[in-house]
Amino acid sequence: MSRSTFSALVIQVGFLAILGGAWYWSTATGSVSKLFLPEPAAVWLAFSRLVVTGQFWSAVRVTLTTIAQAYAIALIVGIAAGYLVSRSRFLIDVLEPFIAGLFTIPITLFFPMFILFFGIGTGSKVAYGASYAFFPIALNAIAAFANVETHFLRAARAMGASRWGTFRHVLVPSALPVLLNGMRIGFFICFASVLGGETLSSIAGVGRNIAQAAELMDSARMYAWIAFVVLTAITLNLLIGGLERRASVRGGGAW
Amino acid sequence: MVMTASTWETRNSRLSYAARVRWARCLIIVAALVALEIYGRLFADPAFFQPPSKIVHAWLFTVLSDARITSALGMAVFEIAFAYALAVVFGAVIGLAIGATALSRRAFFPLILLLYAIPQVSFIPLFVLMFGLGAASKIAFGFSHGVFPVIVAVVGGMKNVPALYMRGARSMGVSKLGIFRHVVFPNIAPGFFVGLRLAMTMTLLGVILAELYVSTAGIGYFTRMFAENYNPAPLFALIGSLAAIALAFNGCVRIAERRLSPMRRSAQLS
Repeated sequence: MSRSTFSALVIQVGFLAILGGAWYWSTATGSVSKLFLPEPAAVWLAFSRLVVTGQFWSAVRVTLTTIAQAYAIALIVGIAAGYLVSRSRFLIDVLEPFIAGLFTIPITLFFPMFILFFGIGTGSKVAYGASYAFFPIALNAIAAFANVETHFLRAARAMGASRWGTFRHVLVPSALPVLLNGMRIGFFICFASVLGGETLSSIAGVGRNIAQAAELMDSARMYAWIAFVVLTAITLNLLIGGLERRASVRGGGAW
Repeated sequence: MVMTASTWETRNSRLSYAARVRWARCLIIVAALVALEIYGRLFADPAFFQPPSKIVHAWLFTVLSDARITSALGMAVFEIAFAYALAVVFGAVIGLAIGATALSRRAFFPLILLLYAIPQVSFIPLFVLMFGLGAASKIAFGFSHGVFPVIVAVVGGMKNVPALYMRGARSMGVSKLGIFRHVVFPNIAPGFFVGLRLAMTMTLLGVILAELYVSTAGIGYFTRMFAENYNPAPLFALIGSLAAIALAFNGCVRIAERRLSPMRRSAQLS
């Protein structure tokens, strides 16, 4: 078992090394235009130059604040709406297909409307990110709260639990796994849509800087920004995956 | 269980439950349209919002009667279809290659999942730089969004074949090809359809992102022009047309899934 893990690791490292080597070799021999693919050294230089500037951190701060605001709105509105809809089978049957149907349309389509209503500042990105993340959060919240075992609820009521007590000790814990799944999907959608909104049309933020570097044909700087986004996304993904694994291990132990 | 609520509601009314759900849905749509119409006519700033009747008017007399806009919409349809076809074919081939052995799966599947998690929007300028402002960059961007769900679905289906089936087939002397045809393939099929549906959603996202990013031609040009001229009626009509196209593509995938499902069942039985 550990031997096959080791050989898988060797293949992974080898594959990445070949990719890196191909990058280095193709730029060193000049077979690829520097505009499309600058040398690794140039990207590294651009990256190290970028990180020490105040401009970098202010752009990162703008983007993070936008994501935090959008995600907070999506969480509050999405979970509240999901909970309210889940209280009646009739409401679920009427509204759930609407929400699910709208979510099959890329919300990106409506981005020009967000720009029209909220301007090109951070407001439009907050509204756009929040609207996009609302859907998976609300859909999972409906599923989570609607599918709580009725035995649990009946037992809680039989034992004289108050409404709040039932909510706190029965409804929320049993809905949590599905709810958390929606929150995770919503977070990554929020992250990507804020970045996308900034790239499409804005005045500040990480996405704007990527688009600007591309407009100025400053490929090294563009790759440096993209590398930053990729590293951030991978780190967040590993972090959240690790948290989930730990939570599920603990949940397994409790059962 | 949950069904008790619906049976209770059915008994308590003359209309059947399904009919009441349908009526409630229609009522919501009509009420929303009426509310938007009143808001648009009486309260809204016409530079930012127009009532639905004006939007329909703009759809008929601006969007549909301008050959440049209809050809841009037609181009978008072509890009989505082409990108989706590429994503499905390449996704299936790459997925089969990665899922073929346990070693290749363990080596490459984590890399694929990692790539899948990256917000690809940050790569848009790169795609435009490499493939230009025309259809190629949009197809490439839609493809790079759509290919991952297909790969993940195929590899996932190959991974989850019950070991007992594999052992059973092998002990009965089934050839490698026979195992793939009769054991592995039926196991891929159900998840594959979910992957196909997700791939359509992602392809639509990719193509539309690229269309909006490129503002010198195609749909991005018109949305930008209408928004900058504070002319919301044709803007909403154009966005509505694209939404209808997206719904039509999703509907096609769903119909195809339903059509092919009986085949899947017989494959599982055989």
